[in-house]
Amino acid sequence: MSGYMAGVLAILGINVIFAYGIYLTAAAGQLNLGGAGFQAIGAYAAAILSVELGFGIVSTIVLATLAGALIGFLIAFPILRTRGVYMVLATFAFAEVVVGIILNSDTLGGAMGMIMFDYIETPAVLWTAAGVVAFVFYLMSTPIGLAMRAVHDDEPVADLMGVNNRAIQVAAFASGGALAGLSGALYAFYFGFVEVQYFNAFLSIFVLLYVLIGGTQTAWGPLIGAAFFTLIPEALRIGEDWRFLIFGVLIVLMMIVRPEGIVTRDAIDRIVARLMPGDRRA
Amino acid sequence: MPEPILRLEAVGKHFGGVVVLEDVSFDVRAGSRHALIGPNGAGKTTLFNVISGVFPPDEGRVLLDGLDLAGVPSRRRIGMGMARSFQNIRLMPHLSVVENVMLGQHARPGLLRKLKPVGLLPKSRERDEALEVLDRFGLDAYRGQVVANLPYGIRKKIEVVRALMAEPRLLLLDEPAAGLNSTETAALRDFLMEVSARGVTLLVVEHDMPFVNSLCEHVTVMNFGRRIYDGPAAGAREDEAVLDAYLGTHHKKGASDAA
Ligand SMILES: Nc1ncnc2c1ncn2[C@@H]1O[C@H](COP(=O)(O)OP(=O)(O)OP(=O)(O)O)[C@@H](O)[C@H]1O
Ligand SMILES: [Mg+2]
Repeated sequence: MSGYMAGVLAILGINVIFAYGIYLTAAAGQLNLGGAGFQAIGAYAAAILSVELGFGIVSTIVLATLAGALIGFLIAFPILRTRGVYMVLATFAFAEVVVGIILNSDTLGGAMGMIMFDYIETPAVLWTAAGVVAFVFYLMSTPIGLAMRAVHDDEPVADLMGVNNRAIQVAAFASGGALAGLSGALYAFYFGFVEVQYFNAFLSIFVLLYVLIGGTQTAWGPLIGAAFFTLIPEALRIGEDWRFLIFGVLIVLMMIVRPEGIVTRDAIDRIVARLMPGDRRA
Repeated sequence: MPEPILRLEAVGKHFGGVVVLEDVSFDVRAGSRHALIGPNGAGKTTLFNVISGVFPPDEGRVLLDGLDLAGVPSRRRIGMGMARSFQNIRLMPHLSVVENVMLGQHARPGLLRKLKPVGLLPKSRERDEALEVLDRFGLDAYRGQVVANLPYGIRKKIEVVRALMAEPRLLLLDEPAAGLNSTETAALRDFLMEVSARGVTLLVVEHDMPFVNSLCEHVTVMNFGRRIYDGPAAGAREDEAVLDAYLGTHHKKGASDAA
């Protein structure tokens, strides 16, 4: 594996984990446009724990993940008081607040960022990503996953079916925060430094788009979305500027042709039907 | 006389200045097949919403097995043995038929059960149960399809199946036969008879009078938010007030349609 390939795959792994963090709330019907804030929390938690407090790599990553979960849990309560576009704005504002705090904090290195002492390599990132993918597929296959999708579709009816909407939504924010935090910790250890400029509004927008364009109806969506938007620009060797343009065009196209995302239930049903004509499994 | 499974005591509800329910009282006997009928806008669906806890009554009480439901959150009521369907179909549009039906199992107890990867297992008790009921309802062919694409009559039936999946003792059905053709209506009647025979109490809102007459032995009639009749189904057909408010006009409408 060339160094270049290893780098691309590591970014892919980080993006996939990050996308699943945003997916968990989206699957339960809430749009989180504050992804960068959660990822920054994971990255800076990792930097403090590892550099300042001397924790080992594994315990640092675990604790940074928990930090993301805790913040996700706490922030869920005020955010869930808002609805629709106001919720999107609230999550966006949350990320801006996180970045603002980091920028103004000397302990966190302000605009200078922080340098890590320990490193992880690509395989560690990829194994973690594989574990996250497996976990989300598992979760979405359980009655809890079904309840999340029910909350997404129709909250009042989900409630009458016995689903605790509030608990599901808070749990979605907490577990989403955990995965975003995990992706931030991996980012810190892989790249060896954290700088606040990276966790900007575009990052939040991109990761939400990975998820929405991938599709929120099945656990395949974020995987396909993140892979698509990480690998295509690399394959085409296009720079940042072109990336924005391609993103813009793709989003408009997607809204027209596949408003529910690339991977939908219907699409999977059709593929299964084609591959296994006799199979009537639901 | 056994205790009623459901008792309404002087239930009142208004939206702003509009009184939608006023002093509605009646009992639903355990094991009975009970119809709730009345003209459009009489307040039948609103009463279902009060019973299931979508909103609280402004006056009066709703008792399930003698227990006052005031303060019992709506989501807890299905677990207490009460499930309902919706007049304007409310299935989850992005879930498949079998997933919608399995959602009806959500209120069953057991945290471990909720962690079972049912969607990944080729076989599970949860799925088998859902498939079995779908089969008995003639819905087997649709099991894996996303409900948004299915015809109205099919979705209407899936709603009933979903409510049944909760294994309720009291099943509230809001116009289950609406949109079904006569064969489907007859099949629904037979199926509900079977459900009833297993001990489930039925409270059914329905405009299809032949369906009501062949299914239910007890009828409550509402008009303008008030109860105007409560008694045997046969009696309702001879009651002056009922004929005036509902059945009479119903028949006249039918006659003028035929003319
Ligand atoms: N949430 C609400 N806000 C305001 N008015 C409402 C609301 N829900 C129902 N109503 C009004 O209450 C009255 C009774 O409505 P409801 O749906 O209970 O009648 P119904 O007996 O079920 O009629 P139908 O046979 O047409 O289904 C109607 O006049 C309706 O407009
Ligand atoms: Mg109604």
